[in-house]
Amino acid sequence: MAGSPQGHQEVAAGGGGPVGVLALQGDFREHVSVLRGLGAEVVTVRRPEEAAAISGLVIPGGESSVMDKLSRAFGVAEVLKRRIAEGMPVYGTCAGLIMLADRIVDGIRGQESLGGLDVAVRRNAFGGQTESFEAELSVPVLGDPPMHAIFIRAPVVAELGPGATALATLDDGTVVAVEQGNLLGTSFHPEMTADYRFHQYFLQKVAGFDNGTARSSRP
Amino acid sequence: MSESTTHQFGSSRVKRGLAEMLKGGVIMDVVTAAQARIAEDAGAVAVMALERVPADIRSQGGVARMSDPDLIEAIIAEVSIPVMAKARIGHFVEAQVLQSLGVDYIDESEVLSPADYVNHIDKWDYTVPFVCGATNLGEALRRINEGAAMVRSKGEAGTGDVSEATKHIRKIKSEIAALSSMSKDELYVAAKELQAPYDLVVEVAETGKLPVVLFTAGGVATPADAAMMMQLGADGVFVGSGIFKSGNPEKRAAAVVKATTFYDDPSVIAEVSRGLGEAMVGINVADVPAPHRLAERGW
Repeated sequence: MAGSPQGHQEVAAGGGGPVGVLALQGDFREHVSVLRGLGAEVVTVRRPEEAAAISGLVIPGGESSVMDKLSRAFGVAEVLKRRIAEGMPVYGTCAGLIMLADRIVDGIRGQESLGGLDVAVRRNAFGGQTESFEAELSVPVLGDPPMHAIFIRAPVVAELGPGATALATLDDGTVVAVEQGNLLGTSFHPEMTADYRFHQYFLQKVAGFDNGTARSSRP
Repeated sequence: MSESTTHQFGSSRVKRGLAEMLKGGVIMDVVTAAQARIAEDAGAVAVMALERVPADIRSQGGVARMSDPDLIEAIIAEVSIPVMAKARIGHFVEAQVLQSLGVDYIDESEVLSPADYVNHIDKWDYTVPFVCGATNLGEALRRINEGAAMVRSKGEAGTGDVSEATKHIRKIKSEIAALSSMSKDELYVAAKELQAPYDLVVEVAETGKLPVVLFTAGGVATPADAAMMMQLGADGVFVGSGIFKSGNPEKRAAAVVKATTFYDDPSVIAEVSRGLGEAMVGINVADVPAPHRLAERGW
């Protein structure tokens, strides 16, 4: 269903379990609040058993190196990798995009990711905090109007593999939103604005996953 | 840096936003690049670069100032997590220097000797965001009114005694709760009593929280201390002297990080608290004569 521009009305998660928000560190409360506002049943995820019982996951903004360490130390990374391989929809913002990238450029020593998106992501690609910015961003798959995108010490997609599709680029061609099957990643933070079209787009994928389109395809 | 003219830098949303991303994390004081490396490896969400941790400032005495730019640059070069640095209260030139060095956050800090006993820095003037200490809600709102993009309760830095941190976070939280229960006409007097701008008082009353992220600081030395601050409603924790003044900084740092994430799970806190070696020796705040209490700096 990659790239199919459907209507973006409110869609709640179906009967396949609640939607999870990874709550190891970062602005997870904001994502929980957005998803609940869109009618989804939402749980926070810090443990393996919680990761096993969800039908979709949002990975929030925060510090990717901390999320990586904690997710491995508490066994949640292993379960999430399996769920991603099963086709579970996951949406990552900023640090979440880094967690979903198959390859990380400029990670800290020993930093790993969950992977799934066939991209290389560069951390802190714009520089330090004084280079953080807001900008209007056209996202064709979401239609008009453009999104107001907030980039905070943001990563970018440095290399787009053949499996992944760019959803949005800055004026200079830098890829800042990407999709591959049921995985979505953005360099920026829609949860800090009032424009939740990416969250709606994600919940549509969750609804499709709940209906069994992806779940039964691979053991 | 992008050349696009449509990019907006240094907005309140971007400044406050970085603090939002630090939530649920631990910010650690470091005095060398090697310590910064240990902090990053242990899971710190950011580091505070300074020449002396508060415990040493306290024991050595004298005027404490902004750190040497060489030290700050070495720490920025060593790690990829955000780097914060301290400027003296009211010392707007130290703040200009820190911004030019490319730090990610400036702490206008009572841990250093104040440079101005009347005015704090006008923090709206900067692209880099500021965090400021507060002992109560009125002080927090005055700092936000001056442009602070993040607040930390002060505690009593360099003591290893968490009691002041507890007092300040409880005070701020209870004053917020009190505002939330007031009727609209009571907020005028509340603003007067808090010595805080009316608009910010109304905003806190309506939302039930500060308009910026609230961390806690000052005296946190153990995983249980950090988890207690989180249970009391802090968004995250600063640990100053507590880590590198302890027997096993690597292990203690990682333990505090885990206890901050699993702050509501005593079994995790118990597990990470095992065998950490000696905590910093510490000083009871009651034994610190009032003129030497850092929390009383700033107003």
